[in-house]
Amino acid sequence: MVNRQSLLHQEARLAFWMLAPTFIVVMAFVVFPVIWNLWLSLKPVSLGALRGTSLFEFNLSLVNFHKVFGDPDFVPILLTTLFYTVGGSILSIILGLTAALLVHGEFPGRGLCRGLFIAPYIAPVVAVTFTWSFILDPQLGVLNWLAVNTGLLTQPIPFLSQRWMELDITGMRVRLPLALTSVILFEGWRYFPFAFLFILARLQSIPDELYHAASVDGASPFQRFYNITLPQLATVLSTLFLFRFIWTINKFDDIFLLTRGHAGTKVITIKIYDYAFGEFNIGAGSAVAMVLFAILLLFLFIYFRWIVKEMR
Amino acid sequence: MSREHLETNIIRILRILGIIFFIIIVAFPFYWMIVSSFKSLEELLMRPANLWLDIRKINFNAYYEVLFEHGFSRYIANSTYVSIITVALSVTLATVGGYAVTRLRFRGQAFMSYSILIIYMFPAIVLVIPLYVVFSHMGLRDSIHVLILVYLAQTLPVALYMLRSYFQTLPVEIEYAGLIDGCSRMGVIWRIIIPLSAPALASVALYTFMIAWNEFLFAFMFLDTPEKFTLSRGVVQLAGSVHLSKQLVMAASVMVTVPILVLFLFFERYLVRGLTSGAMKG
Repeated sequence: MVNRQSLLHQEARLAFWMLAPTFIVVMAFVVFPVIWNLWLSLKPVSLGALRGTSLFEFNLSLVNFHKVFGDPDFVPILLTTLFYTVGGSILSIILGLTAALLVHGEFPGRGLCRGLFIAPYIAPVVAVTFTWSFILDPQLGVLNWLAVNTGLLTQPIPFLSQRWMELDITGMRVRLPLALTSVILFEGWRYFPFAFLFILARLQSIPDELYHAASVDGASPFQRFYNITLPQLATVLSTLFLFRFIWTINKFDDIFLLTRGHAGTKVITIKIYDYAFGEFNIGAGSAVAMVLFAILLLFLFIYFRWIVKEMR
Repeated sequence: MSREHLETNIIRILRILGIIFFIIIVAFPFYWMIVSSFKSLEELLMRPANLWLDIRKINFNAYYEVLFEHGFSRYIANSTYVSIITVALSVTLATVGGYAVTRLRFRGQAFMSYSILIIYMFPAIVLVIPLYVVFSHMGLRDSIHVLILVYLAQTLPVALYMLRSYFQTLPVEIEYAGLIDGCSRMGVIWRIIIPLSAPALASVALYTFMIAWNEFLFAFMFLDTPEKFTLSRGVVQLAGSVHLSKQLVMAASVMVTVPILVLFLFFERYLVRGLTSGAMKG
């Protein structure tokens, strides 16, 4: 019998070498930047002052956090972020649920529909943002021209560049955050396929017997949906919300390419970019990044404490 | 008419209307992207509400200009290179790493396999600041190869996680036969695991290709020299330099979109599996 201890040792060493490349790459490009961020957020540095040894001096201070919290934009940015994240997540899930219910079941062209519905998610972000910007453009955009030509609108709407729009709904005056709403609609369009795929997979695994039994008991189609389908989907819907919330709040590309954060769409990730690469204030940028982490942790805490408990 | 009948009919009508609605909102932007790229600038400015493309007036000038005057032939080559190298490295390292996590016993095994997913939490914009600073100082920032390493770091954890879940479904017994016959662990991976895992490897390769091909932020922040631009970076550059000539931006968008959609068309099954099993960052 070969020495078992040395065999185990050999196996562990092999595993080490097999995992080393992955480990190094992830350490260098993910873990190190996060730690470095924490360090930078506690140091009064600008992009120009990042030379030489001052970077490694132990002169920590909270000056960046004072600056960030003292910024008059801070609270509006948090509110915009919250509105955008919750709105975008929920819209993409509702659209995904609707699309999955529509495609579930047999009809000609079903496979084609399913493939088509995933396209917004697969297509490169630069292509779809520029296309939507073009479609929604007040001067050149097809949507505004069609609406004006058919008399639907009296003048074009600058969907992505106007902060507020006054709406007159049967005498009630409502102020709509126009650009922010447009960006949320874009999020719903681009990310509904993610929810669609997961919900469709879950729908297909609901046993038919449940529906048959309910039919026999006289439940109508709407009752079957409300009493069988929805409860069966509860877990997947709440998981989707968790993922979509995290990814939407972390999203930078979409808003940056659509509006650059103008017209009331400045979310927290855009603010990080503005500080770091607009004002060249790396420290303040890192401090906002820490605020983003704190929000994520708070969300995870609330999610697992209340939402998951509610579901069970 | 009974309630059952009434509701079934309502649902039938709602379903048809709903499917039409979704087809229009999903397909129209892609349709418009393609149609506009074949129009002339005059056509776009004079008749912006014309939804149709006149076959007799199809115009390839935008493609010609974008490819040969705005450097896109170069960007296509760059994007292809970056994506293929990222896929090759990611699939290789994830196969070896995924095997180690599934089959070998070592300390920290559980930690390795679960900590992987924490990476989902970290936003790219947060990672870009320190990496930008460090690589600027080392004079390495404006490099396609550094970009490949960044993409590798973004895709490896998910790729490894996906392969690990797949390897766990393979029976260990077949491997014993190989080991007894004198195969090394690497031999087992090469001769037994890889042939058995073709579908999973295809999913991982497609997923990785898509991330690398579509990526915008790091390419935007890292690359300064136009000769090194990827397609996404090139489209942003182009959109910033031409204001009225939307047909150019649309032609460039078609060029960056078509390869990934065609790939998806051919391998939909694998990509959908990749998207749902590993979930996906996006």
